[in-house]
Amino acid sequence: MPTIGVKRDLLFEALGKKYTDDEFQELCFAFGLELDEVTTEKQMLTKEQGDVAAAADASEEIIYRIDIPANRYDLLCLEGLVTGLLVFQGKVKPPKFEFVTPAQRQVLKIDPSTAQIRPHAVAAVLRNVTFTQESYTSFIDLQDKLHQNICRKRTLVAIGTHDLDTIKGPFSYEARAPEQIKFVPLNQTQELNGVQLMDFYATHAQLKQYLPIIRDSPVYPVIYDANRVVLSLPPIINGDHSKISLKTKNVFIECTATDLTKAKVVLDTIVCLFSEHCAKKFTVEPCDVVQPDGSVVSYPELAVREERISVKRANAYIGIDEPASKLADMLTRMYLEARVDGDSLVVKIPPTRHDVIHACDVYEDIAIAFGYNNIKKSLPAFMQIAKQFPLNKLTEQLREQVAQAGFTEALTFTLCSRDDIGRKLNKTIESLPAVHIGNPKTLEFQVVRTTLLPGLLKTLVANRKMPLPLKLFEISDAVVADEKTEVGARNERRLCAVNCNKTAGFEVVHGLLDRVMQLLSVPWKTANVDKGYYLESTEDASYFPGRCANIMYDNVVIGKIGVLHPTVLQAFELTTPCSVVEFTIEPFV
Amino acid sequence: MSTELTERILQHLDNTDKVDTLDLATLFAVDHQKIVGALKSIQAHGELVTATTVTHKSLELTEEGRHVALSGSHEAAVYANVPEGGIEQQVLLQVSGNPNAKVGFSKAMANGWILVDKSEKPPLVKRKVPTIVDTVMELLNQVAQGKTDLPANTVADFKKRKLLQETTIKSFVLSKGPEFATTLTKLETDLTVEMLANGLWQQLKFKSYNFDALGAPPTRGHLHPLLKVRTEFRQIFLEMGFSEMPTNNYVESSFWNFDALFQPQQHPARDAHDTFFINHPAKSHKFPQEYLERVKSVHSKGGYGSMGYGYDWKIEEAQKNLLRTHTTAVSARMLFKLANQEGGFKPAKYFSIDKVFRNETLDATHLAEFHQVEGVIADVGLTLGDLIGTLYEFFRKLGITQLEFKPAYNPYTEPSMEIFCYHPGLAKWIEVGNSGVFRPEMLLPMGLPENVNVIAWGLSLERPTMIKYGINNIRDLVGPKVDLKMVEDGPICRLDHA
Repeated sequence: MPTIGVKRDLLFEALGKKYTDDEFQELCFAFGLELDEVTTEKQMLTKEQGDVAAAADASEEIIYRIDIPANRYDLLCLEGLVTGLLVFQGKVKPPKFEFVTPAQRQVLKIDPSTAQIRPHAVAAVLRNVTFTQESYTSFIDLQDKLHQNICRKRTLVAIGTHDLDTIKGPFSYEARAPEQIKFVPLNQTQELNGVQLMDFYATHAQLKQYLPIIRDSPVYPVIYDANRVVLSLPPIINGDHSKISLKTKNVFIECTATDLTKAKVVLDTIVCLFSEHCAKKFTVEPCDVVQPDGSVVSYPELAVREERISVKRANAYIGIDEPASKLADMLTRMYLEARVDGDSLVVKIPPTRHDVIHACDVYEDIAIAFGYNNIKKSLPAFMQIAKQFPLNKLTEQLREQVAQAGFTEALTFTLCSRDDIGRKLNKTIESLPAVHIGNPKTLEFQVVRTTLLPGLLKTLVANRKMPLPLKLFEISDAVVADEKTEVGARNERRLCAVNCNKTAGFEVVHGLLDRVMQLLSVPWKTANVDKGYYLESTEDASYFPGRCANIMYDNVVIGKIGVLHPTVLQAFELTTPCSVVEFTIEPFV
Repeated sequence: MSTELTERILQHLDNTDKVDTLDLATLFAVDHQKIVGALKSIQAHGELVTATTVTHKSLELTEEGRHVALSGSHEAAVYANVPEGGIEQQVLLQVSGNPNAKVGFSKAMANGWILVDKSEKPPLVKRKVPTIVDTVMELLNQVAQGKTDLPANTVADFKKRKLLQETTIKSFVLSKGPEFATTLTKLETDLTVEMLANGLWQQLKFKSYNFDALGAPPTRGHLHPLLKVRTEFRQIFLEMGFSEMPTNNYVESSFWNFDALFQPQQHPARDAHDTFFINHPAKSHKFPQEYLERVKSVHSKGGYGSMGYGYDWKIEEAQKNLLRTHTTAVSARMLFKLANQEGGFKPAKYFSIDKVFRNETLDATHLAEFHQVEGVIADVGLTLGDLIGTLYEFFRKLGITQLEFKPAYNPYTEPSMEIFCYHPGLAKWIEVGNSGVFRPEMLLPMGLPENVNVIAWGLSLERPTMIKYGINNIRDLVGPKVDLKMVEDGPICRLDHA
């Protein structure tokens, strides 16, 4: 969920009302926002960087940090937030956006070469903009928030904004070999080519994260003007030549993308929010974008979509009973102008609300405007005879019984290191049917456990101060790779118990096994009992030679029992002998 | 030794009516504490003696006091050092030499023994009286010999001068008790089989119990506190008529974990920064093919009344195996089954409590794996009001009665609500879970009838447990670092019990 920081006094001035922190928090809550923090630039600097020296000069103006839902791109800056809240409070009507078509449109031509790297581009112009220091900062911040969120860190869409009066159309979007692209990047003085630029920004705090998006490509995307001035090298950086400043009057906005839908949304969002600063408010100048096939598409789309919803169904979805006109009023407060048409509502979805893609999104806005906490509580009418998942039911019953037998329950991690299930247990990782994690952040999360044993041994080590004997157990899932299953792996519910004492005490875990089998009505297999369980001597590298057996149930191995090998104890830093029993309980469900 | 002493005390008491233990100490020439010890063991054998507590206050000389008693007071020493013709004050103090000369000087002045003659230059200290009587020394000597009735102000003054200290001694005045005897019989500690067999218990005396001591702890095993809470949650769901979902599949395909839930393939949750992807077994290959096509279509082109996300949906993304990030992946499988079961859709209530995995930054409240609690209800015409009503009933069973709902965003529910509850202990509203109505783009491709709505909610098992038991670090609750003492000492889990 993105968080934006806005200056409180500016916000209240724009909202035309002063709130206490609590009042503003309540307004946010009802609208689906969260006032995350009340802070100042000074506090943020001190807290984030611990830089008291830098913080000394920082402003002490109160800043509200507000959490914005991930799909409400239209609220990611002060301008959008204020409009959204004012409309919600019914103080203003949702703005209407208009195109102003110039004598000659700006043209952006997409060269077919871009298909190799970043195939889409859209563009728009904002005319006669007046920037103040505050709105200029807000404009830059909005681009950053969009880049971080909907643009997925510039992988899907990258935004470039330029001072139109410094450049000359038509513009050309091409893909060129890095060496051929030469320009002075934003706020630099030295000309660099594409290769040098990658080196130059390799250690840059913000920009280095975007370099891998194109670095290894044979061609880099680039936008030129008619005089071959480089506007930008998306998604890395703009050129210094066309940079916007407080004095900029006319803004050329281009978005290059791998996802065209998102590029359109981003362009719509920027022009909708910042056309407020145009001399003629809420007006946008469209651009012609020439596609590689020669066709021409006009951007931004600023499409207003109409959705027809049933009043009856909307009420029923939420569980309220409001007349159509009221629903229409509520929707208007949510930025969705609606009119009543018989027993339905015709809802206008403006270009700021690309998050509305289905009638259910409209229902939600009605519910928000009505107030979630005003909805009458009800209960589903049908009854159902409930059923436990049999494996979980057996697990619950056995947990209780094993604890009654004197063992204490542990709750250990499902993820562990390769060493935990391999080397430390005298096994090679290759020999185990383990599920491997491809992107572990630490050694603790390399594999999914194939046995519950390492977790119990770690719990023993962490509790060496407890008096002996320590008797622990866990009934939980291990995971084994199994090609026969749908995803190639399956869980296996195991019971594992360990006895840790001055002597290994094999008979203690053996006694537990006997007790559990007794509880499961499984007899000890002897000459006169055909079915049942028995132990079959085996060798296993984790166990002391001659002190390990397979647990057999109906002649199938279901687990192991034995005295742990001293090298295993050593690997887990244990100094007391341990005997262990571990088996699957799934055959007994 | 001690037995001998107890018998000596009893024998002494046999011949007298009353005796003070302090006197016994003097009489037997043993330390008073030993007499008191012996008394306690006599008392443990029954009411042989009656003991009444008395306190004695006594005066005792301090080290300085003893010095004064022997050599005279500081003021007397100063007086003695003043010669006939007088002496400079500086010199007098030097001559008097000891650290108490200053005190002696001021006391001698106060007593009117000496004076400072300022007519001389420099001023001289001279004797004011020809002779003195050192009463301080005399009184201290009397105290040393046992005098205790000094005037209160004198005692206070001497105590202030650190010459005397007052000590309080507790002793007991003993007299014969109702069970008086001159010897102690050995007391039995416990009733035995033999005593029952030969009837001896009737004659024997038994040692009285100390009911203030704790009993011997029972030998026992213990259940883990978090899993006790899990049991409680299962119970609550079962009481509410919810059936349990089979969640024993940690490894899941991206398809069921994300795509089936209408979570777009570029969604940040599908990023390697948030999700554990599996490189062995890396991919899933078995999917319900027709359903998969419908999912692909609703993502890329829309349908079922939706605009879709308008992007190029790729099977390769859906095939990627991962550790499930939520149990909602299982709910999706269950709803798909519900839609396609023999006889068609029937209303259902499901729940699950099981582990989920997130490749997140770890801190005091976040682990890479935690338990998710989830409830799902599917029926024709369910409303948001039904969800709110159900949540009130569910949380009431957890002992939570004050709820508030905040609009939120979630890719697979619309409307979505964050659940906040008022915590009286913390005196604030805290977020306890998420809820919503599953999107039609998720349900309709599964084949569920159009008029069926599905409401659901989820919360973590760890968070309410930590709040309930006041645990600040999640590692104190889950994992191998858990203190087994905490596990052993934990109460039973009664969430609705204040």
